[in-house]
Amino acid sequence: METMGLAPWLVGFPLIGAAVLLLGGRRTNRWGHWLGVLAPTASFVAGLVMLVALLGRSADERAIVTTLGTWFHAGPLTVEAAFRVDPLSLTFVMLVTFVGSLIHLYSVAYMEHDRDRRRFFGYLNLFVAAMLLLVLADSYLLLFVGWEGVGLASFLLIGFWDHKLENAVAGKKAFVMNRVGDMGLIVAMMLMVWQFGSVSFDDVLGGASHLGSGPATAMGLMLLLAACGKSAQFPLQAWLGDAMAGPTPVSALIHAATMVTAGVYLLVRSHAILEAAPNAQLVVVIVGAITLLFGAIVGCAKDDIKKALAASTMSQIGYMMLAAGLGPIGYAFAIFHLVTHGFFKAGLFLGAGSVMHAMDDSVDMRRFGGLARALPITAITMGLGWLAILGVPPFSGFFSKDKIIEAAFVGEGWRPWVFGIVALLGAGITAFYMSRLFFMTFAGRRRWPAHDGHETHPHEAPWLMRWPMIILAVGSVFLGFLLQLGGRFTTWLEPSTGHAVHGEPVIPVWLLLTLTLVLVVLGAWLAFRLYAVGPVPVEAPHGSALVRAARHDLYQDPVNETAVMLPGQVLTRTLVYADRSAVDASFLQLASGVRRSGDGLRKAQNGYVRTYAATSLGGLLVVAAVVWALAG
Amino acid sequence: MPVTNYLILAVILFSIGATTVLLRRNAIIVFMGIELMLNATNLAFVTFARIHGDLTGQVLAFFVMVVAAAEVVVGLAIIVTIFRTRRSASVDDVNLLNG
Repeated sequence: METMGLAPWLVGFPLIGAAVLLLGGRRTNRWGHWLGVLAPTASFVAGLVMLVALLGRSADERAIVTTLGTWFHAGPLTVEAAFRVDPLSLTFVMLVTFVGSLIHLYSVAYMEHDRDRRRFFGYLNLFVAAMLLLVLADSYLLLFVGWEGVGLASFLLIGFWDHKLENAVAGKKAFVMNRVGDMGLIVAMMLMVWQFGSVSFDDVLGGASHLGSGPATAMGLMLLLAACGKSAQFPLQAWLGDAMAGPTPVSALIHAATMVTAGVYLLVRSHAILEAAPNAQLVVVIVGAITLLFGAIVGCAKDDIKKALAASTMSQIGYMMLAAGLGPIGYAFAIFHLVTHGFFKAGLFLGAGSVMHAMDDSVDMRRFGGLARALPITAITMGLGWLAILGVPPFSGFFSKDKIIEAAFVGEGWRPWVFGIVALLGAGITAFYMSRLFFMTFAGRRRWPAHDGHETHPHEAPWLMRWPMIILAVGSVFLGFLLQLGGRFTTWLEPSTGHAVHGEPVIPVWLLLTLTLVLVVLGAWLAFRLYAVGPVPVEAPHGSALVRAARHDLYQDPVNETAVMLPGQVLTRTLVYADRSAVDASFLQLASGVRRSGDGLRKAQNGYVRTYAATSLGGLLVVAAVVWALAG
Repeated sequence: MPVTNYLILAVILFSIGATTVLLRRNAIIVFMGIELMLNATNLAFVTFARIHGDLTGQVLAFFVMVVAAAEVVVGLAIIVTIFRTRRSASVDDVNLLNG
């Protein structure tokens, strides 16, 4: 029991770090970044101790709730401030603290010349604290606190270099789009209070099987909306590409490995609700499938290395959503892919950061090329991440993504065919765009010397940046294999996600495997022909209509602007106009009317005694006339 | 001679007094108009006392005289003070209390 008391400290360490760094001011400038590294590392060690303790228990004793006390009572609703440590949350804790610590370490060097490095680490610690609170919370409401906390940290870090307007705008865009999703979570919690009178996981998820299909579907869809906002899924995906305005470690930690996967966590955690609502489940799968293709298509056309990776993140989270919507067969694989993706995508982003570091912060892949010689370690680590995301055996992406594709093919009727083929196609396109990214950067002829009139001398990043990349690359290679050995990971998750049923895909597994690999090799080969062997023009060619559309994120911004923003603006402007011309105006009219009549009455008071006397006399005559008339 | 003639006289006197108050500018003259109106009412009171054969009207006339005497003292004092500060006895010059 003692070790489980550590749960609040997991959140506490980074929170203290953030408080010291953000409140300590300039005094902490000199050593602040090391404190920033220490905080998530301390959480990691605590998490490791708990992991060992949890592994020492039998499977049905692996969910431990630590209650700090009652948070609040409101009528019949009581919310406890409680932390839940179970295989699912601990998996996230390990991912967040391990990858987080490495990225903190990387940032020490990456942000070395930034004036505001201490503030940066303060925000990063705040993020880690909020993310751990999100995954450790034992109720939807406490989860929501972490949910908002990571949103805040994301906003602060995307706009970290807010002296450039576009960065600040990107931060705002992410924040506003996340609010749309948050509304979903709030409405879902309202539904829970209505149905269960509680928001704690035990009450809600335990009672979910007795839910009527109406409330269950509504709850599931609202949770999906929340997940879409946080995880940049269709139709709330537009913010992720712009979020790359933040420093690269932020993109690696928040917008690739951890925060954007919170939506998947939410859905897997709420699997009982989704199982009670098959329609909502179907919508989850559809959203996942659309986003998967959407991100993959966009990724093929982006020349900005970070935006290409962002599109890839979106697409990979689409895979996870798809798996989360498939039911018990998919939960464990969704989380599995989430973990392996957290490793290789963070590694790829750190590699991109290293390339940017070498290339004077340039992100245009058309002006890279042939960097493998100048940056061998970056090329190797990114290469391993690239093979992992491609799903080449025995790299980790193979064990997670192929399982999802396999699971997508299980079922009856049209569904396995549609979703399976989408997942399969996605793997091929993924192979193409990731190979395109890799070859454009590291292979082919160098296209960088005559850039901007001065010579660029690419050089490998300092060791402090290399080590995290190397460790993540090693993880990308072996993690998938190690975790899948003997179904280890799925068994470990069973207490949280339920027993994973096995189903036979509609086409034989060996054929599926071959098909996937053929598509992957085909995609990679195509990219090799086009971008490693063939010439890459420095200026982007005009391209076909599809390429141009993909370059503009399939016109997501114009669509959002005309479909949502414009009507919203018209509505608000109409309301403001109506407010001014009707409500305000009528009150102003009333006021000026009173004032005008006051002016008129004032004129009667002219100060001449005889006027008053005449008025009195007039009044007297009137009274006399009335009396006379009444008497007569 | 019928007693109502006194009432007619009172009306005429009151009208002259009222006209004086309304039309003249000189404060002293206005004051005289007020006195005339007061005396016209006194005449009306006494006449009604006579008509009804009781003393109430006469008693009231005495009250009016007492009040009028006090009012003359105060009123003349005000007029003298205004004259001292403004060098004028015209009531139209005293219009500071306009709106």
